[in-house]
Amino acid sequence: MDLGAILADSLRAAIGPLAIVYALTAMGLNMQFGYTGLLNFGQAAFMLLGVYGSAITVAEFGGSLWVGILVGIALSVVLALLLGIPTLRLRADYLAIATIAAAEILRLIVRSTVVEDLTGGVFGISQFANDFYALNPYPGGRSYGVGPLQFSNNDLWVMTVGWTLVIIVGIMIAVLTHSPWGRVIKSIREDEDAARSLGKNTYSYKMQSLVFGGILGALAGALLGIAQQNANPDAFQPIITFYAYIVLILGGPARSFGPIAGTMVFWFIVAGLDTALRQAIDTGLIPETVLAGADVGIVRFMLVGLGLMILMIYRPQGIFGNREEIGLGAH
Amino acid sequence: MKSRRGRSAGLLVAATALLMVLAGPVLAGEGGESVQGSLETPDGEPVEGVEVVVTTVDGAQVGTGETDAEGAFSVPLPGPGQYQVAVTAETLPEGQDLRDPERNPLTVNVRSGRALTVQFPIGERAGPEGGAPNRFAQTIVDGVKFGLIIAMTAIGLSLIFGTTGLTNFAHGELVAAGAIIAWFLNANSPAGLGIQLIGAALLAVVAGAGLGYALERGLFRPLRRRRTGLVTLLVVTIGLSLLLRYVLLYFFGGNPRPYSDYSVQRALDLGVFIQTPKDLIVMALSVLILIGVGLFLIRTRVGKAIRAVADNRDLAESSGIDVQKVILFVWCLGGALAALGGVFQGVVDSVNWNMGFQLLLLMFAGVTLGGLGTAFGALVGSIIIGVLTQISTLYLPPELKSVLALGALVAVLLVRPQGILGQAERVG
Repeated sequence: MDLGAILADSLRAAIGPLAIVYALTAMGLNMQFGYTGLLNFGQAAFMLLGVYGSAITVAEFGGSLWVGILVGIALSVVLALLLGIPTLRLRADYLAIATIAAAEILRLIVRSTVVEDLTGGVFGISQFANDFYALNPYPGGRSYGVGPLQFSNNDLWVMTVGWTLVIIVGIMIAVLTHSPWGRVIKSIREDEDAARSLGKNTYSYKMQSLVFGGILGALAGALLGIAQQNANPDAFQPIITFYAYIVLILGGPARSFGPIAGTMVFWFIVAGLDTALRQAIDTGLIPETVLAGADVGIVRFMLVGLGLMILMIYRPQGIFGNREEIGLGAH
Repeated sequence: MKSRRGRSAGLLVAATALLMVLAGPVLAGEGGESVQGSLETPDGEPVEGVEVVVTTVDGAQVGTGETDAEGAFSVPLPGPGQYQVAVTAETLPEGQDLRDPERNPLTVNVRSGRALTVQFPIGERAGPEGGAPNRFAQTIVDGVKFGLIIAMTAIGLSLIFGTTGLTNFAHGELVAAGAIIAWFLNANSPAGLGIQLIGAALLAVVAGAGLGYALERGLFRPLRRRRTGLVTLLVVTIGLSLLLRYVLLYFFGGNPRPYSDYSVQRALDLGVFIQTPKDLIVMALSVLILIGVGLFLIRTRVGKAIRAVADNRDLAESSGIDVQKVILFVWCLGGALAALGGVFQGVVDSVNWNMGFQLLLLMFAGVTLGGLGTAFGALVGSIIIGVLTQISTLYLPPELKSVLALGALVAVLLVRPQGILGQAERVG
């Protein structure tokens, strides 16, 4: 078992572009679920809109990537409104069902042959992020890093921009949630009737929170598309939202920077486990009859499901969360 | 007797196309580009020994192929670009002609790395007469069939919600588990035990009830006793559904597989629509079982207790009903019905590791439409959803089948969130 390789893969995943994407999208979920108690299970849909908004603007209409990102954000605002208007007056479960349904509808439509000319169908759209990479100050042709931990100049650029963005968003969320607005939001999570009895328009606050989280989701999706230079509907299946939830809960819901810890720990473990399993299979430590190479992904999903259950049952506040602030046990 | 030519032809083309796609990279050029397809008569019989010639647009020959015993051909290409694909008409068997001789040769554009499938329809278009009105009736019947299966699986979901307040996102996996357990019991050795499907189905139903019992007793009752919130429980069911789904994938594999009994049947022409005998039996059984469950809920003491608890738990408890026992019973019943629904779906279509999640969304749609918490609401809503799903195929491509039903779900939430039979609840 090559521990060095496992460690290198784990670290690379923990600070790499994918971790950044999940930090951002989990921060969006944090605002919706952690602070407001909204059960948005369709975050993948917001991410989808973010990346396709950018990609279609560039590929189909020849616009700049930055305009595309704004388009993606605008689309996600529309989706948040569409989902929020009917369901925010109802019980939390309805929002969960509606958001999962909406995410699947969007993914199926984007994927279908009907709009293939616009969205590329199952093949998606590629190479639309050149505006971003044109600004890359790191020269190409060499890799950057320490020892076995190496990144290309493009990855490094994505990471630079990405982590900066994550920190800015984290500060924004910290400021927002410690403001009077944030206090109303938290009170809605704790006891919505009490908040309403004080005269607060809880419906409006919930909508604002939903929209804010959706915008962050769109940004995360756009970043994913930029990092992979690819927009593909199958990269936004419901499992993505569940990953985001684990990242959120692991780091600690209702903590501004919780998702950062969550995403690093999550991807460290997942990547390390993937590599360790693959090594164990290759070296024969695990016989082929129990696990073949292709099954490593399956084990990952099983552990994600099991991990989510165990987290929720035994430590719903995650690493940095506050047990009293969870607000999950209230009703 | 007219065969379901359109559907069986489509399935055959899809199956061979899938085979060819899998074999494509082995046969094709550097980037894996190739042209492929299959030829068959209107009755679905493969046409063997037909020559297919591929040339560049300038006429230089690129390659030739010949249809094999399944009527399939594949011609590897040196790279992406425009090509002409021609069927050599003289090599067609006696009496078989191309339906559109003007569309031979076909000019196609092959993208990088793609294996392009082309179609050369043979013979006269056969099939049920009457066009649109018949198709409409067909989709209604198909929709009712699908809706009955969804209804059976959804009753458990609705009752679990009604009695415990839990939205069980793992319910789809109960359905899939039932279907897959039955598959392993039914499959011929060495994969399975080779038990006849009816026996395997009954055993799977018992297993489903057992699974429901285990989940309630082992997971949800302890959590409820701990006063865990409903939102937490909901997320737990999501984790559970992930875990179960991938365990099923691990054991069953990624490909859809049919049961070893009743899988291939000739459809019966019933005038306005056609169905295979197994479809008709599944529909009849579903109706009987649903009527049985309905009578059970209305007439028997346990059924009344269930409805009482679903209606108002505290009031039911104060009138002496043992709520925990009722909940356990509901989980067993829900698990059993889900397993049976899964087996039926496997009979009507095929068994697939992912069938749970695909059905789950439709179950939610049906239950929400009919009224979350009521069994009869689940029944009504599910049948409507089933019919909507099938009718949508008249206007939308098949991959968008669920979109209409899911859209109906969102629309219901907008207009009448308690559903058709539900009771209005003031929240937020």
